[in-house]
Amino acid sequence: MYETNYHRASSVDEAAALFAKGKEAKYLAGGHTLIPVMKQRLAGPSDVIDLARIKELVGIEVAGDTVTVKAATPHYDVAASDAVRKAIPALSSLASQIGDPAVRHRGTIGGSLANNDPAADYPAAAMALGATIKTNKRSIAADDFFKGLFSTALQDGEIITAVSFPVPAKAGYAKFPHPASRFALTGVFVAKAKSGDVRVAVTGASQSGVMRSAAIEAALKANWAASAVDGVSVSSSGLLSDIHGSSDYRANLIKVMAQRAVTAAG
Amino acid sequence: MSTVKLTVNGKAVSVDVEDRTLLVQLLRDHLNLTGTHVGCDTSQCGACTVHIDGKAVKSCTVLAGQADGSSITTIEGLAKGDELHPMQAAFRDNHGLQCGFCTPGMIMSAVDIVKRHGGQLDEATVRHELEGNICRCTGYHNIVKSVLDAAGRMKVAQAAE
Ligand SMILES: Cc1cc2nc3c(=O)[nH]c(=O)nc-3n(C[C@H](O)[C@H](O)[C@H](O)COP(=O)(O)OP(=O)(O)OC[C@H]3O[C@@H](n4cnc5c(N)ncnc54)[C@H](O)[C@@H]3O)c2cc1C
Ligand code: FES
Ligand code: FES
Repeated sequence: MYETNYHRASSVDEAAALFAKGKEAKYLAGGHTLIPVMKQRLAGPSDVIDLARIKELVGIEVAGDTVTVKAATPHYDVAASDAVRKAIPALSSLASQIGDPAVRHRGTIGGSLANNDPAADYPAAAMALGATIKTNKRSIAADDFFKGLFSTALQDGEIITAVSFPVPAKAGYAKFPHPASRFALTGVFVAKAKSGDVRVAVTGASQSGVMRSAAIEAALKANWAASAVDGVSVSSSGLLSDIHGSSDYRANLIKVMAQRAVTAAG
Repeated sequence: MSTVKLTVNGKAVSVDVEDRTLLVQLLRDHLNLTGTHVGCDTSQCGACTVHIDGKAVKSCTVLAGQADGSSITTIEGLAKGDELHPMQAAFRDNHGLQCGFCTPGMIMSAVDIVKRHGGQLDEATVRHELEGNICRCTGYHNIVKSVLDAAGRMKVAQAAE
C-alpha cells in the first residue's frame, strides 16, 4: 500500500471539507473495496476520509411506504433489521447474501453503490425498486445514477448520505454466487410496485454493469409468474464472457435467476 | 504517523503507526500477537479474523486507524488463563484442525456465529456462515462438528452464569 493520510470525519460537512483539502482524497466507508484496491496499489489516495463513524450516516428508517438506509449502514445491520425484513423481505435477503459475515459487518450500502461493481448486489435492488440515492447535494433516481462499470453520476467529492427504497407490492432477489468471492455471477431482482409497474434489474451479467431487462419486465407485467419467463428470449449480446461463464451461460442464468426471484417474491 | 489507541484483549494499548498500517500488522508486528494469521491478504480466507467491538472482521482489510478507540479480541484473548474457551476446547476434542493455520480465524468467526445465533445453530447455518473462512486441510467436516459442539457447551455455560 502506498502511504496515505487517514482522517476520521465526524460530520458530512467536515468530510466534504477534508476531501476538498486533500490532493487526491478518497472517502472510506467499510473499506472492503477500497482497502483491497489500495493494497494492490491500484489506488493511492493521498488522504482517506473515514465516513463510517459519522452518526448522521448510520441507521435505518422505515416510515410509511419508504425504507431509508443511511449510507454508512453495514450490510449486516440491513440483514438483521426486523423492520426491513417486514417491509421489503427481498432487500433483507439480498443483504444477507453479500460476501460473508465479516464482510457484512464492515461493508456499507453507500460504498457498494458508489463503487458500482458490475457484480455487486445492491445496485440490482436500487434499480428494480426504483430507489432514490440521496447525497449531500441532491437526490438522484436509480435510473440516472448507474453509468456503467464502476461509474456513477456522483461528482467529485459528492457524498451519498442515504438510499430510499419505495416499499413494493412484491419483490424477490435470486443470485448465482461466484463460489469463492460470493459476488453475483448473475443476480436478478424483480419488483412489482404498488402502482402495478414491474421492474427487473440484472447484476453480474452485463458488460456495462447493472441493467434492466425490458423483455422480462413485459412478460411479468402480463403475468406475474415464474412460468411467464419461460418464453422470453434473453440476448447474450453485451453480456460478460470470462473464465467463470460465457455470455450464453449468463443469458440463461438471467432467465433462471428471474424465475427463482419471482418464486421467492410469491 | 498517528497514535492509535485500542483495548486489545482487555488491555489498553497505544501504538504509533503509519496511517497505511493494517490492523493485522499492528497486532502481529507491533504487539507481537502472532496468533492472528495472514493467509491470503486479499480479504478472502478469514485467517486474520478478529473481533472489533464484538464483531468478527477480517483484520487484513481494516486500517489500524479505523479501529482507533475500539475494543479488539484476538485468539490470544479467548482462554481464561489455562482454561480454554469452549470453542477452543471443542476444536481440540473434535479434531477440528490439522495444520492449524486457519484455526485462529475459524475460532474467532465461530465464536461470533454462536454469539449471533445462540443455541439455534444447525449444520447448514454453520456452513453458510463459515463461507468467509478457508481451510486447506480438514475438508471442514470436523470444523463444523466442533462449532456445533461448542454451541452446545456455550449455551450451557451461559445458562450457568
Ligand atoms: C471477500 C469479499 C466478498 C464480497 N462479496 C460481495 C458480494 O457478494 N456482493 C456485493 O455486492 N459486494 C461484495 N463485496 C463488496 C462489499 O460489499 C463492499 O463492502 C462494498 O462493495 C463497498 O462498500 P464499503 O463500505 O466497503 O466501501 P469502501 O471500500 O469504503 O468504498 C468503496 C468506494 O466507494 C466510495 N464511497 C464509500 N462510501 C461513500 C459514500 N457514502 N459516498 C460517496 N462515496 C463513497 C469510496 O470512496 C470508494 O471509492 C465483497 C467484498 C469482499 C472483500
Ligand atoms: S488474510 Fe485476511 S482474509 Fe485472508
Ligand atoms: S487446518 Fe490447515 S488450513 Fe485449516
